[in-house]
Amino acid sequence: MNITEKILAKASGKKEVSPGEIVNAKVDMIMVNDLTGPLSVKTFRKIGVKKVWDNKKIVVDFDHLVPANSERAAELQRFMREFVKEQNIDHFYDIGRGGVCHQVMPEKGHVRPGELIVGADSHTCTYGAFGAFATGIGATDTAGVFATGALWLKVPSVIKVNVEGQFQSHVTAKDLILKIIGELKADGAIYKGLEFAGPTVRNMSIDGRMTMCNMAIEASAKNGIVEPDEITLNYVKERTNKSFQIVKNDPDVEYEKILDLDVTNMGSQVASPHSVDNVKPVSELGEVSINQAFLGSCTNGRIEDLRLACGLLKGKKVKDGVRMIVVPASQEIYLQALREGLLEIFLKAGAIVGNPTCGPCLGGHLGLLASGEVCVSASNRNFVGRMGSPKAYVYLASPATVAVSAVTGKITDPGQWRHNRR
Amino acid sequence: MISGKAMKYGNNVNTDVIIPAKYLVLTLDPVELAKHAMESLDPLFSKKAQGGAIIVAGRNFGCGSSREEAPVALKHAGTKCVLAESFARIFYRNAINIGLPVLECPRISSKVEEGDELTVNLEAGVIENRSKNSTLQATRLPQFIMEILGDGGLIEHLRKQLK
Repeated sequence: MNITEKILAKASGKKEVSPGEIVNAKVDMIMVNDLTGPLSVKTFRKIGVKKVWDNKKIVVDFDHLVPANSERAAELQRFMREFVKEQNIDHFYDIGRGGVCHQVMPEKGHVRPGELIVGADSHTCTYGAFGAFATGIGATDTAGVFATGALWLKVPSVIKVNVEGQFQSHVTAKDLILKIIGELKADGAIYKGLEFAGPTVRNMSIDGRMTMCNMAIEASAKNGIVEPDEITLNYVKERTNKSFQIVKNDPDVEYEKILDLDVTNMGSQVASPHSVDNVKPVSELGEVSINQAFLGSCTNGRIEDLRLACGLLKGKKVKDGVRMIVVPASQEIYLQALREGLLEIFLKAGAIVGNPTCGPCLGGHLGLLASGEVCVSASNRNFVGRMGSPKAYVYLASPATVAVSAVTGKITDPGQWRHNRR
Repeated sequence: MISGKAMKYGNNVNTDVIIPAKYLVLTLDPVELAKHAMESLDPLFSKKAQGGAIIVAGRNFGCGSSREEAPVALKHAGTKCVLAESFARIFYRNAINIGLPVLECPRISSKVEEGDELTVNLEAGVIENRSKNSTLQATRLPQFIMEILGDGGLIEHLRKQLK
């Protein structure tokens, strides 16, 4: 069995499972946020169970609309705080205590290799970076897990993405996952798992692996996963005191399909409006002027992303007429960026640095787009209306591309830009 | 048996288009959500769907966010059933969980036109296109999913089980 199958077998108390089989799986952790929580709780109340199945296995994190950007958001957050209190939920990350849920979950030690984790948010697949099986669910499924601690899951067949080669400077895990989605297409991994493997992934940091697994859903995958190794354990062991059981692939496992990629000659990639699979090299994009550059989200709001952007922005100015919005994904990252002097670089460049939140990524707040406006964004979706007006245009790219484009005022290949400046 | 007029859409209809995030925070009221269903793709959707419609779509219907408000908005706008070539898995689960029937039907986009009169036999997975005098076989739903739909959704189903 592959890792995905082994975790699903373990979670459902079976010796073996195979693709297509439906199992009733026990959940190790479940997460809800301020936007998906209220409907989940409202639905949970209808089941007629008073107490959640296990208050130690529930994480409630506020990130989508924080601090509350409207009276209505404030009411919903109060509703969630009351639920947290009523159910005695310890793992609650209110405003100022956490940040973007998919960053906070691993950061606070709620993600461990071999576990089965579900979350009321589609980017829950991020936790596969730690060798866990993680997938997004809706409000009613969440309510069901709150009541019973389990849910049915169909064992997916798995596509293995085998990556080799060394990235060129300023080419990142984001460029790689965009390239993969461009090849697989938006429905290329529908009902399937994606496993990222090969020397390039082995050498990749946790931050990069999280970016890869985070966007598995954009190829419609059920989960994204990386086999755990030293890099995984170094991160996880520092953050959890709960024991866990590492799950690895059996030798000679079979996959539904293997996609081989070599990144040696791959340049920076961009996904043009209005679909994530509309991908080409930035160098082939042609001239696209921008109004806004966004660096943040559960995809690219991590410390490595901020460092990379600062390396390019240092001593430069964001182009007149361009707004650059930087949102560190968590309090921890924000503090680290402060200590490293990164915030100063952003501020001196003329960017604004917001508090940890999903912010403009899903059109919530902190930088929505007007009709006709163009944004280059390090986030994960460029759907019609995603970041504000249905008549706005969102281009998805890496933190390096976002930073350089903010300086030039048009979507710019960071490799080319650096070359021209020499 | 479910009967209604076909309303046709393409591939990769995403949940941001089905119901934009800005409405999620405004209300949990399904009737209010329904007014904005599909508005950026088809501003007349909620008007056209009133009284019962069957959505016919291409591949990967409901991709993107996990927001359950997407099937809720469609259902309360009058959608009786969604027939697509494939579904994004979170949308698929959410729809079943709230009692909106969904059937996967290969090549349906090429067999049904906007406004065709359809009758769907969920149990058998058979779609009758009365405007074209043709029938289509969809992938049949597993028994346990039929039971969830039969109970009107997962909550009623769990209420029964946990009694």
